[in-house]
Amino acid sequence: MVDIKLGVYCAADDEVKNTLSLERMETAAKEEKAVVFRIHENISSPEGEELIRKDIEEKGLDRIVVLDRSHRTYPDFFDFGEDILVEQVPLREWVIWSHDPDEDPEDEEENHTQLLAEDYLRMACAKLGNTKPPHRIETENSISRTVLVIGGGIAGIRSALNSARAGYEVVLVEKEERLGGWSAKFKKSFPSKPPYDKLTENNINSFIEQLNNEQNIKIHLSTIIKKISGQPGEFVVTLQNGSEPEVINVGSIIQATGWRPYEAKKLGHLGYGNKNVITNIQFEEMLTDGNIVIPSNGKAPGSIAFIQCAGSRDKEHLPYCSAVCCRASLKHAMQIREQYPDTKVYILYKDIRSPGQYELFYQAAQNDPGFFFTKGEVVEVRASENDTIEIDLDETLLGEKITVCADMLVLATGMVPSTFVEDGVVESSGGEDAPDTPVEDEVPEDGKKMASGAEKGAQILNLSYRQGTDLPTLKYGFPDSHFICFPYETRRTGIFAAGTVRAPMDIAQVTNDAAGAALKAIQAIELVDKGQALHPRARDISWPEFSLQRCTQCKRCTEDCPFGALDEDDKGTPQNNIARCRRCGTCMGACPERIINFEDYSVPMGNDMIKAFEMPEEDEEKPRIMAFMCENDALPALEAAAQKRIKWSPWIRIFPVRCLGSVNLVWITNCLDAGYDGIILIGCKHGENYQCHFIRGSELAEYRMGNIQEKLKQMALEEERVQVEAVTITDWEKVPKILNDYAEEIEEIGPNPFKDF
Amino acid sequence: MPDNGANIDRMKVDVLVVGGGIAGITSAIEASEAGLKVVLIEREAYLGGRVAQLNQYFPKLCPPTCGLEINYRRLRDNQSVNVFTLASIEKIEGNPGDYTITVSLKPRYVKPWAGDYSEWAESCPVEFDDAFNYGMKKHKALYYPYENAFPAEWTIDERAFGNPDFVEWVKGCPDNGIDPDEKERTVVINASSIAWATGWAPYNPENLTELGYGSSSDIITNVMMERLAAPNGPTSGKIVKPSDGGKIGSVAFVQCAGSRDENHLPFCSGVCCTVSLKQASYVLEQIPDADIHMFYIDVRTPGRLEDFYQARQEIENIHLHRGKAVKVETKNNCLEVTAENTLTGELTKTSVDLVVLATGMQPSTALEKPPIDIEMDENGFIVQQDEAAGVYGVGTCVRPMEVAATLQDATGAAIKAVQMARRG
Repeated sequence: MVDIKLGVYCAADDEVKNTLSLERMETAAKEEKAVVFRIHENISSPEGEELIRKDIEEKGLDRIVVLDRSHRTYPDFFDFGEDILVEQVPLREWVIWSHDPDEDPEDEEENHTQLLAEDYLRMACAKLGNTKPPHRIETENSISRTVLVIGGGIAGIRSALNSARAGYEVVLVEKEERLGGWSAKFKKSFPSKPPYDKLTENNINSFIEQLNNEQNIKIHLSTIIKKISGQPGEFVVTLQNGSEPEVINVGSIIQATGWRPYEAKKLGHLGYGNKNVITNIQFEEMLTDGNIVIPSNGKAPGSIAFIQCAGSRDKEHLPYCSAVCCRASLKHAMQIREQYPDTKVYILYKDIRSPGQYELFYQAAQNDPGFFFTKGEVVEVRASENDTIEIDLDETLLGEKITVCADMLVLATGMVPSTFVEDGVVESSGGEDAPDTPVEDEVPEDGKKMASGAEKGAQILNLSYRQGTDLPTLKYGFPDSHFICFPYETRRTGIFAAGTVRAPMDIAQVTNDAAGAALKAIQAIELVDKGQALHPRARDISWPEFSLQRCTQCKRCTEDCPFGALDEDDKGTPQNNIARCRRCGTCMGACPERIINFEDYSVPMGNDMIKAFEMPEEDEEKPRIMAFMCENDALPALEAAAQKRIKWSPWIRIFPVRCLGSVNLVWITNCLDAGYDGIILIGCKHGENYQCHFIRGSELAEYRMGNIQEKLKQMALEEERVQVEAVTITDWEKVPKILNDYAEEIEEIGPNPFKDF
Repeated sequence: MPDNGANIDRMKVDVLVVGGGIAGITSAIEASEAGLKVVLIEREAYLGGRVAQLNQYFPKLCPPTCGLEINYRRLRDNQSVNVFTLASIEKIEGNPGDYTITVSLKPRYVKPWAGDYSEWAESCPVEFDDAFNYGMKKHKALYYPYENAFPAEWTIDERAFGNPDFVEWVKGCPDNGIDPDEKERTVVINASSIAWATGWAPYNPENLTELGYGSSSDIITNVMMERLAAPNGPTSGKIVKPSDGGKIGSVAFVQCAGSRDENHLPFCSGVCCTVSLKQASYVLEQIPDADIHMFYIDVRTPGRLEDFYQARQEIENIHLHRGKAVKVETKNNCLEVTAENTLTGELTKTSVDLVVLATGMQPSTALEKPPIDIEMDENGFIVQQDEAAGVYGVGTCVRPMEVAATLQDATGAAIKAVQMARRG
């Protein structure tokens, strides 16, 4: 407990007065040691705010409880500065709209709604009694305002230019001895200006020139990243050029390491290996040399065929669509037609994908009588005796088998992200199913251990992080966030992916993507400089403190952190990197010793909230259920239900959490000890299409609650007493139903036998 | 934070973001978290734009309000972003680096600290077609835009004051949260750059008479289908025949309805293929034995969206027909879709209960030109400007794109604003 001066303010319009006894609310507030209790007809108004402000000045209040509406729907008032903690209790959503008024709030046996309101008041007071205003992290080091860009292709170049022009220093590292990457090898670009029917000159050189002229950009060619340690604002990066390592400090990192062509040697079934069958990359080389000829005889081709999706959209190869190859072949074909007006071009495709204004590009090609588009599935590719290529297809539109003959064949091969590695997961005993199980793995040279289940990674970033060397990837090796709403999120704070490493895309899209990644990179520096968290709790200044003298080196926190924020020393003691932390509290939920806490969100705070009110005795027949609810999805869904006046059981007590991942098992056992009859955790969906904004929080909660079943058995309690549910924010019908069904189930099971102890 | 209720009539910021859809919200928040002062203006009474009207996003089939909630939270207590709703631009003066924008704010008639009117509004005597539900539902003249709306404030449709019944009724307001005399007012904003993020509109289906739009209420557009499937839609999410609430056994999706078509929109709208595949899942989730027919020219599901397509190709009752739907007619209580094989000219006919026209995205700028000199192509898209320009097109008024690409673009626009602001 901290020494506090508490004021409690309760709405008191007719709606409230018709439901609750305000005298009893005052009694409850006084019992919770409130110095001031006031009611007001419209407390959530400028007038109400002024009333509180005056009390703060005159009576020195430093903790305020306002019982009225949800902070979500009523945001703008009650900001009294960083030192005054305010807890808004959604009295209307959680009590008045969602529960029938008692016949007599004074009737101790039947005043369920009154008790509910009083309990929320007590829980709010208990919360503030064990919460301190968070103070900004003090850092000894100065924050670096340099952006490191890895990769000197178009994505890296545009990221670097954008960051530099926003006023930041940039270090650009390229492993090759020249800039430009793949895009420098292309002769022409797709149409970019109305009427979108003509190819444009590749202008990569003008960007390279701008890069060279930009004073704030330092370029390292023939250089790789040997090691990255530290955190946003204070990354320590070892560059390696030849045998000479160089150590630099940077604030944030953009990984723009691009793509590689899918290996053509795996495309023997499409004729690769025959000298007159080449890839679209080899064809670009021909264009650069200025000479399109049949490879076998050096003569001008009379006909050229393109096979689209060569190795893409193919379960045996790349299941995804490489997104640019249709346009690349249109571009190539146009260049052929320019050089040889009589040469026929066959494009053999599944679907022509030319979205947006590129449709006009496709139309321009369709209007050229030298183009022949054939939709079908390739059955066989073979060379005839005179070296022409014969392609058998099942033609889709005619439903016939046809054969196309051409002097040469171009395979439109797709894009593989540079981050892709075959079989990229470190072996672990439990894998995804056992995220709490620590496993000893090989120890890298700097002493930091890799977590089980960590990806091997392509070892481009060479992060000296506990959880692996690179950005975690999803399917197919793309280090993408898998968040539609937040495409730049990665699981390594302050490190952002840009361009084709993140998803297949063309130069125009890469240009946009690079600009966005540059914004995220400079934003990371700005937020960290102010001691604030990054997305999704942007601007939060709270941070987890570790009381390490009680740490048992169990490694649960370092394994569970969804963002790899925690490293370990030689003994396995967690090393916090606060600027890498997203403040979800998953470590707090993981710790069996309860040594990880935030100033304004902690295990003791939760313990006090759990015990904030008197537990009704068994014979009172008033079950109590604790509902830990995710504040981003489950709770807004429930509050929308309340606004629709959907009712739920008065046995439920709501405990909003940052993420289900922050629910510590001690909260569960304390609930059981305190006599709660049931405990339900409601959070976001996990699995392949996870919606948890902290990626693994809800998944870990479910796993941990599975572990508690053993404890329930020991206590001779039914397994139903602890339950986990996944919902979405639109489940406003479902969430109250889940609560009601659970309340019914608990009533059937009967009271928690520990209740009266 | 929302500021219509604040006494502000003049302010100086770094960037003005025009349009409070997901693109504008993102540009505004990303710029502000990078240290800029931002004003975000939105014409409607609420933020969220077109995505707030969607049931689910592809490919995760998750509700857009989930991400919006995070964004609203980032806006809510954010002193660096001033949000004005019911706002429109009167004029823009000045040059890159120094624009003066006059914004007019229509009255909401409801104070920000007013109570919740859910119960009282039931008795409101006046209703209007609800544009949020594309007219498939009515809303009361006093209404709450949608669940989890931001700002979380009630609004009065200004047309209601023309109705004496309403004027009388509104006097019975249970608190003093309504001000029928609130007046339109203006705010003058000085900004170094402007992000134009006014989004898109569904192509007007009334131009698609050959596809039967208007001849039967069971011929709907894809945006209407989103509402039909949405839990806060006209049927509370139950997919039924709009004409009589009857059961649906089969649905046809007509792709490129007005897109890739010289008589309508010549460009490809880029998202409609994936949208229809997604909507097929909406139907099958509720009616597992329904037959789904999709008539397409090319199925365009770029990148990893291919997985989404593949998964649906494996479902038996999704029938993919390569061909252009040329006619939809009502025949024997059913809808008959005539499709043409573009190579052979052969016609096929398919009978279904519901037809969804996959109409495309038309840039809002094609329907209403921005009041400033900016290059546009012949379809009304803003042509992307170089970095020295002070006005940038953002999102779907630049090219048709899905949400994730829009957000890349919106985040990228924020760095242009930073560059302009720091150029000084």
